[in-house]
Amino acid sequence: MFNQLKARFGSGLAVGVIGMIAIWIIGMVVLPQLLMVDYSFRPNLLPVDIGGPKDIYTLANYNTLFTNEIHLKIFFKTIWSSVLVTSITLLVSYPIAFYLAKVATPQKAALCLVLLIIPFWINEILRTFSWYIILAYKGPLNALLLSLGFIQRPIRFLSGDGGVLIGMVYAYILFMIFPIYNAIESLDSNQVKAARSLGAGWIRTHWRVVIPHAKPGIATGCIMTFMLAAGSYAVPSILGSPGSRWFTQIIYNWFFEGGDWNQGAAYAFLLLIICIGFIALVMRIFKVGLGDIAK
Amino acid sequence: MKSETIMRLGVRFYIGVFFLYLFTPLIIMGLATFNNSRFPTISPWKGATLKWFKALAQDDQMWHALWISVVVAIGVLLVAVPIGICCALFLSTVQGKGKTLLYAIMMSPLLTPGVIIGISTLIFWKRFSVTGGIMLTVIAQTTFIAAYVMLMVLARLQRFDRTLENAALSLGATQWQAFRRILLPYLKPAIISAAGIAFLQSFENYNTTLFVKGYDTTLTVYIASKVRTGLTPAVNALGLVMISITVIFAIVYEVKRRREQSIKS
Repeated sequence: MFNQLKARFGSGLAVGVIGMIAIWIIGMVVLPQLLMVDYSFRPNLLPVDIGGPKDIYTLANYNTLFTNEIHLKIFFKTIWSSVLVTSITLLVSYPIAFYLAKVATPQKAALCLVLLIIPFWINEILRTFSWYIILAYKGPLNALLLSLGFIQRPIRFLSGDGGVLIGMVYAYILFMIFPIYNAIESLDSNQVKAARSLGAGWIRTHWRVVIPHAKPGIATGCIMTFMLAAGSYAVPSILGSPGSRWFTQIIYNWFFEGGDWNQGAAYAFLLLIICIGFIALVMRIFKVGLGDIAK
Repeated sequence: MKSETIMRLGVRFYIGVFFLYLFTPLIIMGLATFNNSRFPTISPWKGATLKWFKALAQDDQMWHALWISVVVAIGVLLVAVPIGICCALFLSTVQGKGKTLLYAIMMSPLLTPGVIIGISTLIFWKRFSVTGGIMLTVIAQTTFIAAYVMLMVLARLQRFDRTLENAALSLGATQWQAFRRILLPYLKPAIISAAGIAFLQSFENYNTTLFVKGYDTTLTVYIASKVRTGLTPAVNALGLVMISITVIFAIVYEVKRRREQSIKS
């Protein structure tokens, strides 16, 4: 590999390139992850005991989760809710992505894309905060529903998981729309026309022509959305209540309130495993390879 | 034909509702800045005021957090952009067996939740007795922002015509000259936009920063802490300022794009 680089750029630059990549891959990506895993299998010890006889590999940190009913419940709720967020986001995004890629004129599509990006240049915190205002007990949504007579008494949107789900769909929808848009855009429009003129209805056209083509985009969108939702800290901490905690909040508490980093590392590793498992599952369902993702 | 019309109307309606959904929260947040209420809301409306902008301008902690955010973002820019470029050069040059695995590793920070990147960085540097702060924030953010830079530079690099490079070399340029005078200028637009994205990503980051910030609170972390405790419409004023900057950028971009298009056609 070095020789190929050297042949193109000369040895000085080739060494520089390899060096920079090595620093990043080894020092920032691989070693920290491995160390986190190593950490998660060790007990939380005082500095004096580290390296001593008590410093052994143990599954105790993982056992904590499975014996703590509340944590376990939040763990599964986080997974299930993230799946829900991903599915809702997919359903909302697909028509938009298709419209932008195949229905709208290029001028209109370009304008829509700029409009789409604007909310996403704005902080996740601020975007979530705006939903906090809308969904508040005395907020505008309740005021609107009351004045229209749909409800008799304000709804507490922010006391359950409902607010968190709404906020997450809003926060991560662009990560679903863009990959699907990119995938559908590369589909030859004649294929859609051909399917239509050969008598396929709209649903069948989508099911048999557009969706199979858009598979890598759908897979990428689902993976990104799930990862962002499961790993979200901002949205549940702003839109959630003490009763609707997210798994990331428990991890945070282990680090900065419980002061047990080893325990926190174990929980973090479990979260990572869930995300990797989801990626593997999606790749299998959509039959796409790693190379198709994140194009 | 009739069902086609209904279909078209339905699509229009859906798109309209979608953009309404996208922008209503931001408009409401902006409006709440001007409401003369102690708490950020638009219902009930208690009359217009500009006092929250003044409150924001006098918030020293906010200015300090802004400064830290800028320092971190510049740090990330200086580290992540060169790394990203190197990775792109590597991937576009090298062929061979380990390439797929390396590519997967390079992509992995983008598929890892931000909290985990923060946690692993924190644990790793504890070994060297480095605790949270500006430096760790830069390192942790670089871990995934470098991958964004890599993808953006690689996308342009894949359309590069290598014969240009070969021509320069056979006309007597050194390899360094060919890189410096041919490849780098070609990559310039991609590098500039990647740098912009890197800056923005760093500035907005919350999940990763939260774990490695130590006592150096960035603007995003500061906003989040304000939202959770001591919430006043001054937060809205800050949000409105940020939205305005974004919209101005978007308009400039759109005008520029249209002008370029009209020149082409």
